[in-house]
Amino acid sequence: MTALAGALAAFGTLLATGTAALAAGADLGQAAQQATNWHAIVMFVIFVAGTLGITYWAAKRTKTAADFYAAGGGITGFQNGLAIAGDYMSAASFLGISALVYGSGYDGLIFSVGWLVGWPIILFLIAERLRNLGKYTFADVATYRLSRTPVRSFAATGALVVVIFYLIGQMVGAGQLIKLLFGMEYIYAVIIVGALMMIYVTFGGMVATTWVQIIKAALLLSGATVIAFGVMFQFNFSFEQLFARAIEVHPKHQAIMSPGTLVSNPIDAVSLGMAQMFGTAGLPHILMRFFTVPDAREARKSVFYATGFIGYFYILTFIIGFGAICLVATNPAYLDIVKGGLNLRGGNNMAAIHLSHAIGGDLFLGFISAVAFATILAVVSGLTLAGASAISHDLYASVFMHGKTTEGKEVTVSRYASLGLGVIAVLLGIVFEKQNVAFIVALTFSVAASANFPVLVLSMFWSGLTTRGAVIGGAIGLVSSVVLVVLSKTVWVQSFGYAEPIFPFAYPAIFSMPAAFFFTWLFSVLDNSPRAAKERAAFEAQSIRSETGLGAEGAAAH
Amino acid sequence: MIAATMMARRIVEGKLSNTAQNLASAEKIRNNPKFRELVSKRTRFAWTLSAIVLVMYFGFIALIAFNKALLATPLGVGINTTVGFPLGVGVILTAVILTGIYVYRANGEFDELNRQIIEESR
Repeated sequence: MTALAGALAAFGTLLATGTAALAAGADLGQAAQQATNWHAIVMFVIFVAGTLGITYWAAKRTKTAADFYAAGGGITGFQNGLAIAGDYMSAASFLGISALVYGSGYDGLIFSVGWLVGWPIILFLIAERLRNLGKYTFADVATYRLSRTPVRSFAATGALVVVIFYLIGQMVGAGQLIKLLFGMEYIYAVIIVGALMMIYVTFGGMVATTWVQIIKAALLLSGATVIAFGVMFQFNFSFEQLFARAIEVHPKHQAIMSPGTLVSNPIDAVSLGMAQMFGTAGLPHILMRFFTVPDAREARKSVFYATGFIGYFYILTFIIGFGAICLVATNPAYLDIVKGGLNLRGGNNMAAIHLSHAIGGDLFLGFISAVAFATILAVVSGLTLAGASAISHDLYASVFMHGKTTEGKEVTVSRYASLGLGVIAVLLGIVFEKQNVAFIVALTFSVAASANFPVLVLSMFWSGLTTRGAVIGGAIGLVSSVVLVVLSKTVWVQSFGYAEPIFPFAYPAIFSMPAAFFFTWLFSVLDNSPRAAKERAAFEAQSIRSETGLGAEGAAAH
Repeated sequence: MIAATMMARRIVEGKLSNTAQNLASAEKIRNNPKFRELVSKRTRFAWTLSAIVLVMYFGFIALIAFNKALLATPLGVGINTTVGFPLGVGVILTAVILTGIYVYRANGEFDELNRQIIEESR
């Protein structure tokens, strides 16, 4: 279980803390502040200057609500594919997966596979219907034929819970990472991330966010490609030679070539798989990206490109992890002498960073550090925009104003909401600095899989879904996933200090997701109200639009 | 002021007639056998591919949970690479290829059928 918790941390968002737990057992110590890294700072400043320039350009083009939420629907499939990849590939997956491979070998691949397999499902079942039915948020789809106020309130709550928890993980991870990479105080690192994301989102809306994500994806993919190429070059492009050397130098030897202790319990293995696969399809900031393309055709293309980029990236991180075993673990300059063993200076999340130094020296190290920072910025910007849309488009415009507001006012509310979320994210980042936030990823993906995903899928595919069923079933998924995570070892024992967890497993999805589906079904079939009859009857009209795109939101003219 | 009101009214009327037209089109689409064909073909295809991904992925998870030894088997005598590597990477590559296959058919065959349906509904 400790290994599971550690793995989770490595994956999620928590960087230094998490992998230290993985490598050293229960040590959740903070990342040590490093010497100021000038190469990294200069390159990061170039990135920030460039993206602020784009934000200025984007701000002038952002006039309507469609511009602000969906970049006017004018993003191409290829661009959106890159932006999705930029939205999804967090610094945690870059540093965390390579650190996990560095520490345990094959286990890293299990997580990579899990983070990828949600994408085909998004394409086959969700993307085109989402694009055809929705406008700015996934709640648009759920309320297409269901009652506006209750369903939007529920969907916005689900979206905000996911966004805020995800933000906590990102902010804490960002603070620790920047402290490590740039030699900057934690609090300033968190404030800089918060301030930049507020500027991108508030002024540049979806246009700026999209371009920040595209640039970040291009930088991250090219940086990771160079590292992986450098590794393979040293082993004559032979995986056999790479593996042979890794087995020789790694203390676990042959054990790194097969699944280890990471996923030991079948229930947790399946539960983690469900959370990863279906949670991906319930992340509001990912779903929102499908409204930025002109039609269903481009939406499909964007998933294909995104899946290709993300799959390629995961294969690279795997090579990087093995490369770190061979080239970093063998060089005392990178090792933590005090802790000994495989422990790296600055924690094991530094595996990819040290490897970049081993391959390309100080300059390349600076580049990869700046890329890691840019990566966090792109992810938090996407999250903030998704959260702001849930507040302005779902809660303010629909629930509170009952649709009686203007587009201009809605966008203004959205801008204030972005600022508010930025401030909240910074405060939470500071509050959670010394907390073990390893549970955050389990929570985020489990909530997305248990609350957002069932309601979204049933609203698209099941004519029998009613408002009552969606709200009660979705709420049960939301509450049960949160409560089970709190009662599990990661929170109940490690954060609250109780001796034994009440919920014996690490991941709740195997229970909370079927519960959401079951109760949504049950309360829908038991719903005999006239409203429910109307909602069932409206399914046919919905399916004509969802299948053909007739009447779907078009791209705004520019 | 008057001009603005008239413009607003024109926009509203434009939207209304657009919706009315959509309703008429929807009625024609409902009765078009090609619509049934599109929906059943695409739905079957999408769920078949989803089932492949689900079986493949949860099969992989089941191996990790119940048969680690199989994944730890080397590919041959004197070879370091174990069965687990091509399997894991294979799941990733298959997922990417299946999305490619779906997009190819959906953006070709299905979109053509969809175009005809929309055309015939006007």
